[in-house]
Amino acid sequence: MSALLVLAVTAPLLGLVPLFLLGPRTGERAALAMLAVNLAVTAGIAEQVAQGGRAPGYFVGGFAPPLGVGLRADGFSAAMMLMAALVLLLTGLFAMTGPGDMTRKVKARGSAGRPATFFILLLSLACALNLAFLAQDLFTLYVALELLTFAAVPLVCLEGKAGQLSAALTYLLFALFGSVLYLLGVVLVYGLFGTLDIAHLAGLLAQGTGGATAAAALALMSAGLMAKAALFPLHLWLPPAHSGAPPAASAVLSAVVIKAPLFLLVRLWSDLAPLPLTQVAGPIFAVCGAAAIVFCGVVALAQERLKLLIAYSTAAQIGYLCLMFPLAASDDGQWSALAWTGGTLHLVSHALSKAAMFLAAGLIAETMGHDRLSGLSGVGRLAPVSVAAFGLGGLSLMGLPPSGGFVAKVMLLTSALQQGSWWIATVVLAGGLLAGGYVLRVVVIALQHPDAGLPEARECRWRALIALALAFGAMLVGFMPLAPLPFLDIGRPLSWEGLLP
Amino acid sequence: MSLLFDAVLCLLLLLGALGVVATGAARPAVIAFIGYGLLLGLAWVRLDAVDVALTEIAIGSGISGVVLLHCVRALPAPPRAPAAHPMLRPLAAAIAVAIAAALALAVLALPEPAPTRAADVAAALPATDLGNPVTGVLLVFRALDTLLEKVVLFLSLVGVWALSRDPACRGRPAPLSPEPAPAPSAFLARVLAPIGVLVGLYLLWAGADHPGGAFQSGAVLAAMGLLLVMGDQIRVPAAGNRSLRLLMLAGPFGFLAVGFAGWATAGVFLGYPPGAEKAVIIAVEVAITLSIAVTLALIVLGPPADEGRS
Repeated sequence: MSALLVLAVTAPLLGLVPLFLLGPRTGERAALAMLAVNLAVTAGIAEQVAQGGRAPGYFVGGFAPPLGVGLRADGFSAAMMLMAALVLLLTGLFAMTGPGDMTRKVKARGSAGRPATFFILLLSLACALNLAFLAQDLFTLYVALELLTFAAVPLVCLEGKAGQLSAALTYLLFALFGSVLYLLGVVLVYGLFGTLDIAHLAGLLAQGTGGATAAAALALMSAGLMAKAALFPLHLWLPPAHSGAPPAASAVLSAVVIKAPLFLLVRLWSDLAPLPLTQVAGPIFAVCGAAAIVFCGVVALAQERLKLLIAYSTAAQIGYLCLMFPLAASDDGQWSALAWTGGTLHLVSHALSKAAMFLAAGLIAETMGHDRLSGLSGVGRLAPVSVAAFGLGGLSLMGLPPSGGFVAKVMLLTSALQQGSWWIATVVLAGGLLAGGYVLRVVVIALQHPDAGLPEARECRWRALIALALAFGAMLVGFMPLAPLPFLDIGRPLSWEGLLP
Repeated sequence: MSLLFDAVLCLLLLLGALGVVATGAARPAVIAFIGYGLLLGLAWVRLDAVDVALTEIAIGSGISGVVLLHCVRALPAPPRAPAAHPMLRPLAAAIAVAIAAALALAVLALPEPAPTRAADVAAALPATDLGNPVTGVLLVFRALDTLLEKVVLFLSLVGVWALSRDPACRGRPAPLSPEPAPAPSAFLARVLAPIGVLVGLYLLWAGADHPGGAFQSGAVLAAMGLLLVMGDQIRVPAAGNRSLRLLMLAGPFGFLAVGFAGWATAGVFLGYPPGAEKAVIIAVEVAITLSIAVTLALIVLGPPADEGRS
């Protein structure tokens, strides 16, 4: 049993006490320290997985599933946890009160002038995400989703403007609707099998028990997760919520928060559902994903505000993971493994690049005083590092080398072509073109000769460097070899072997 | 006889649900919702799930009802909305009925007798010295879920406070009513609160062996606190009050501390010290109850006012 798994879930919560009881400055430092600890713990877990070659697990309270609750880290969850911890720490650093913030009135402070509340929510997100990646019990996963929702929704309305409040309310309604659907599915599963442990359930489902009711339960849970992940056609809440929030909040919302329900969709359909059922459901997800890529990509092209453009791009990029479902569920082992790696790398590189782009957009808006694209010409002179971070992050969205997005899309494309899914290959390519359109539009405007006099302002340099670091992270993912990553296959298929007496 | 009772209850539940949806105005809908919650509580009693019934009545109907009523009163008169498309309501109704029918079919298709973990719980319960299996599941076998649900409750209050104009959230929430309490309210608070507190404490104490427990008890105590506030018997506390904040943290973080202590005493996270399980579990329940009571009451009271203004 690995105690690190428990620490991954509980350590971030310890930072809440100083934040809630002591002053904002002390609390802020404690929160950043706990986010750093969180990164160290997740790195330790990833190291354990890689060294041991098998998934470490933990039975909470010493009660083995199905009576108790188990935590387990396979390669896929370890990779996702490491990515989330990195993004959370860097956005936390971006949002902290830095030198100069107290003297100079900084408008686009990442935490929107509410550092204590912001960091409470950020630490709770860290706990919720780690739990979503580690928990192996459908109800514990529901608790993780609730934690995630209640930490994410207030992030949208930290500044308390009317538009933000209505965006947060829409988000809350969609998220709670998703919770109810997910919970209904869980109830049906318990009624069918009397257990909620994923490893046990996978065994029972593989024997073909459950029939139509099990399929209905999976469909309900998936619909709930789709609402929470803003997957087309349930994406309507995402653009106002993600574009209205303060920059650091937008970055974590777009980069990591929606990744947890997506991760759980993958968990449900690749680890829990029997393969024949996944092969039926896969194309449905792929159609939703393709519609997201094309539709939201086109809408992003038409946006007049920078943050809305990035938010629509998030709604589009979610689609790529869904293209993975039919490809990864095929009987052709080699090419399905390639699609699996491609989808995961896409999640990771999108998280890093999207966080970089939202942070950069926040700094650009702070420098110019607005984020209307028509008035941003020449902003590259005032905010060179931010524009560079935006452009490098955009490189990954477009799928140009060298970037994580390139490697991920090549893998998805190869897998699609080898399996004869021409329409998926076409969508991957079209999505890249659309992303190229909206990213280059911004970069071209930023590098133009300014129309009128630029304001007397400079970007906040150290914050811009954090955004740049995230963008470089997305590029580093691009140096992965173009082959299925064995690390991601560690610990699959799910089982408690080695832990159960 | 019981069949007739159940049939009438089901009919009333359906009518209650229809009433919530069909009334056009907000206040009647909220009142219908509170009544619906009470009927639902009765239904849970009929299903022998007394713990669920108590929670449904205390939280689902009681505290949620007060929050909703408070919101309805704070809302300005709604602007005349343009009439929705005439087909919208029938369409929504048709979809809702179709989903309900599909769910009913799925539930009817579930195996009989239902597979359950009850036997496992019953076998493992004696080791914990508890008599109520629900408490056993909540605080021992699935303690992680309960611990984190307390964090969710804490976060929902953080979310409410995030709406305050004061970033540091130090002020007092606005009183529930701007006028001084009328004499009957003050009288009611003086008479009812001691009885209610006693009921709340009984629910907590009984929870180890009989239906009841931290959540139900916390909700009753929160209601009594609100009653005292409405009757002007106590003043709304300031959100920045250190002991108030400690009370809010006591439940989730006391539980977490017990979880960490489990490593030393039982060799496993969230394990209880062998021999002293019941004492530690009751201590955890007390801490959780206090936090639930304070947090629920503060959620009803709403975001603290800006100190500069009040």
